Amino acid sequence: MKKLLKLKVNGEEHELWISEHKTLLEVLREELRLTGTKHGCELGECGACTVLVDGQPLLSCLVLPMEVQECSIETVEGLAINGNPHPLQQAFVELGAAQCGYCTPGMLMSAKSLIDHKSNPEPQRIREALAGNLCRCTGYAKIIEAVGKAASVSQTPTDTNNG
Amino acid sequence: MLRLPPFEYLKPETLAHALEMKLRYGEDAMFTAGGTDLYPNMKRRQFEPRFLIALTGIQEMKQIEMNQGMRIGAGVSLDSVASHSLIQTNYPALATAAGHVSSPQLRKMGTLGGNLCVDTRCTYYNQNYPWRKSLGFCMKKDGDVCWVARSSPKCLAVSSSDCAPVMIALDAEFTLFGNDGERTIKAEEFYQDDGIHYLNKNPDEILISVFLPNRTGWGSVYKKLRRRGTIDFPVLGTAAAARLDEDGICVEVRLALGAVASAPVLASKAAEMLMGKRPEPELIESASQEASKLAKPMDNTDMNLSYRKKMVSVFVSRALKDAIGIQG
Repeated sequence: MKKLLKLKVNGEEHELWISEHKTLLEVLREELRLTGTKHGCELGECGACTVLVDGQPLLSCLVLPMEVQECSIETVEGLAINGNPHPLQQAFVELGAAQCGYCTPGMLMSAKSLIDHKSNPEPQRIREALAGNLCRCTGYAKIIEAVGKAASVSQTPTDTNNG
Repeated sequence: MLRLPPFEYLKPETLAHALEMKLRYGEDAMFTAGGTDLYPNMKRRQFEPRFLIALTGIQEMKQIEMNQGMRIGAGVSLDSVASHSLIQTNYPALATAAGHVSSPQLRKMGTLGGNLCVDTRCTYYNQNYPWRKSLGFCMKKDGDVCWVARSSPKCLAVSSSDCAPVMIALDAEFTLFGNDGERTIKAEEFYQDDGIHYLNKNPDEILISVFLPNRTGWGSVYKKLRRRGTIDFPVLGTAAAARLDEDGICVEVRLALGAVASAPVLASKAAEMLMGKRPEPELIESASQEASKLAKPMDNTDMNLSYRKKMVSVFVSRALKDAIGIQG
């Protein structure tokens, strides 16, 4: 059964008629054409589909859109600031924190939630924050380094939910 | 791509309304909260309910209250349980267990109630439909044989909750809401050693909250064995809660094992060995050996069978030592 749904994605409001059994991941990719968010395992085990909902990293492959209608949803497409890469994206590029890149959007979103809420997180805290994002190429060292670097140049974190 | 089967999503705001919907739609309806266990299973076609009754709008399932113990709503997220300062202080084993479930993202979605009711797991069950079909299905879903032990009359899927053994070690009580109103049941009686009928609850009953008795002066610990430090379900979970008197004598001990059978197991004989005694390392060692007799792992989860069996006494010993406060 299709239902009318209101979603706020990267600051933009959308009204969509969608089937109730579509996941947030499917709606983002197939209805809104925001294909930056990747589908990996689709079972909640890999973190490739991570998006932020009210500033919190969630697995969009297991979220039903009707549960997040009142929320602010952020995807990797919303990361850039005034057309410039987000400090996280910049640090990932500079330090070579991606190889095939498939896990990168999910990594970036988990990392964004961390640095939005905590200034200069220590490496252990970064590892914990990324513990739900699998990368099969890099071995994580560069990723953790890049998040640390971005945190040191990023704007001051706030305690608000929207980061 | 793995997609959910079609369903209609219902979101009642009261328990009474949720129950009414379940009674109306019967087996065609399932309850859902975080969905982190149910939706993967639905994608693999282990469940294809026509209606999902979401418990996410029921406010009374999201409360945490301290009153001569602690009542935690079943709808509280695992992340909130793990990071709650009063839970960390009073029931550290529970904060640890909730914080060891899966990944940071999943813990923000999944609920305590969901983890306590998490479906039993098995190498032959947690597979997608074509995989299971190619083997001829198993008795837990669509088939009639147990591929783990072909002669087994019952399903041997494994109880894989991190929080369940902790609830048993802390002597928690669960409150269920159903057609006859509310009832309470001891945590250890909520589980049954049967991979298919693993919960002692009617399908229309809702686990609404858990009550943890006051544990001031107790130590409690949860130790988890798994391949990676994150994401994986437990291959073994050990929960220990204990209290010593001022002379260093064990006056209360409760010990429970997870992921060693289709239900979490209360190791009462091992606990009794410590009661009224000073917990010397040798005594802890023999109690741990005793507890490990209860573990009968089958070859249907991750890791090697004999290693898993050997680790039971190791983990029990570590959990007891930490709960009692002895290092080493």
